[in-house]
Amino acid sequence: MAGRVAGPSLAITYLSLLVLLPIAAILSRAFSGGFAAFWQAVSQPEAVAALKLTLACSVAVAVFNSLAGLVIAWVLVRDEFPGKRVLGAVIDLPFALPTVVAGLTLLTLYGPDSPFGVNVAGTRAGIMLALAFVTLPFCVRSVQPVLAELDRETEEAAASLGASPTTVLRRVVLPSIAPGMLAGAGLAFARAIGEFGSVVLISGNLPFKTEVASSWIYSLSQSDDLSAAAAVSVVLIVIALAVLVGIGLLRRRFEIDEAL
Amino acid sequence: MTRRITRRLLALAASSLGAGLAVATVAASAGAAGSGGSVSLVAYSTPKPAFTKLITAFTATPAGSGVTFSQSYGPSGTQATAVTQGLPADVVNFSLSPDMQKLVKAGLVSSKWSTGPTKGFVTNSIVSFVVQPGNPKHITSWSDLVKSGVQVITPNPFSSGSAKWNLMAAYGAQLAQGKTKAQAAAYLSALLKHTVAQPSSASSALQTFLSGQGDVLLDYEDDALYAKSKGEPVTVVTPPQTILIQNPIAVTTNASNPSAARAFVAFLLQPAGQKIWGQLGYRPVLPSVAAQFNFPKPKVLFTISSLGGWTKVNKIFFTPGTGVVAKIEQGLGVSTSSG
Repeated sequence: MAGRVAGPSLAITYLSLLVLLPIAAILSRAFSGGFAAFWQAVSQPEAVAALKLTLACSVAVAVFNSLAGLVIAWVLVRDEFPGKRVLGAVIDLPFALPTVVAGLTLLTLYGPDSPFGVNVAGTRAGIMLALAFVTLPFCVRSVQPVLAELDRETEEAAASLGASPTTVLRRVVLPSIAPGMLAGAGLAFARAIGEFGSVVLISGNLPFKTEVASSWIYSLSQSDDLSAAAAVSVVLIVIALAVLVGIGLLRRRFEIDEAL
Repeated sequence: MTRRITRRLLALAASSLGAGLAVATVAASAGAAGSGGSVSLVAYSTPKPAFTKLITAFTATPAGSGVTFSQSYGPSGTQATAVTQGLPADVVNFSLSPDMQKLVKAGLVSSKWSTGPTKGFVTNSIVSFVVQPGNPKHITSWSDLVKSGVQVITPNPFSSGSAKWNLMAAYGAQLAQGKTKAQAAAYLSALLKHTVAQPSSASSALQTFLSGQGDVLLDYEDDALYAKSKGEPVTVVTPPQTILIQNPIAVTTNASNPSAARAFVAFLLQPAGQKIWGQLGYRPVLPSVAAQFNFPKPKVLFTISSLGGWTKVNKIFFTPGTGVVAKIEQGLGVSTSSG
């Protein structure tokens, strides 16, 4: 009996201390000056520009990386080639690399002194490159196990019944891996909207042009305007929450479809 | 079955938590062991290499014998906020006075911090131009920065104290050349138009510049000299008119080890300490020591007080949304996105 209560309550306590309490503190800080102050902070032109840019880049990266992640996961699961294990291990490296180092490296490789002649420093492409780099592991790792579990006999059966490879992909493979892909895209999006270290160096951080929301929030905190910083953070949190919940609902729909 | 697994997991989590706490306690007690007391130093980022040398020199003096240091470095504003939020600090050193004022307001630093012989400042510096090796664009004056095709890098003034120094140097330099306030503001607008990156801090601005972006970086002279001393391929140009940067230091009112903290600050202000600052590219605040170094002399060197002091300057120029600089940034952003 004790175990039944102790498990959930301990999990909830831990989650509260680590996640819920800090978020509550941010909320209370954001509204410490009342709703008018909150609205003023989030409707400031520079805040709006930064939020728009962040959302646009994050959505683009989440979509693109989900597709790229699917291809990489597919290759890792289905193909045999030398160096496959090494490649599999390399995927997670963006998680381990301090993001500032990542930003510096990207700037060296794809900045004005690029050895490949690719200069995206100070552009939106640069921001998306940095976001794609840090979010790739989510997109690969959330599809990979599903692909590995996928029953190949179903694909073969479909093919033997005359389905073209495209139809097999569309009607058999994609519906099974869609929940995984969606989960990966959601995590990538949530990570991207809060990303700071890897982006600020390559973006050039120009207000209204390439300044992302996290960088604007950092500026506010440096200007000693912690309430405004919290207010803009709340917008990010709410958007992330909405996207994650929305994706959760979509995934359930897929799973229900699957069951029918 | 599920419940049994839950219980197992709980036991595992509890034991790992216990082990973690044990390790943390050991680490904490090891840190506390020391004989002459410990001084916690909280400072902005750039003087870190200087403090490494200064602490070694201080602990070799009788006053500093046996004193241990815990050091924290970061962006000036962040460090000041961290101290007001409870980061333990005996000695604080910031890039500009308003950060010290935050602590005065919080009651953590005496309001008399600026009454000493050096007015509370421990180091001076100036705003310099850092150009690509050999100065290929022949940049020698402020007007060269706004010539067509010249790209400027300066940190974002809303996140970096050093960028505020840079922009006020640019503004004051115009006034020093006999321009009106409106013309000086127009110059700021032109300068920001030529700015291709506004990194969040002075150090990331230097990294951006070293990556090959931009023709001119506006930077603390000491930071530029330090980069040069490390072998970075940069050329430092002293502008004809520039601002005198003054970095404040203080002992906190709630210092855990006030006598050692005071002795350390005194050492930093003595000729021996000032000489080390000078060797690392800072302009000593003691005139006798400054005379031993050959720092370039700009034609006009003005202070922030000649522009009205930081309180006024912050209000007029750097209020988010309504300040002169905020408006310029907004105007530039709007004009590019619509054009």
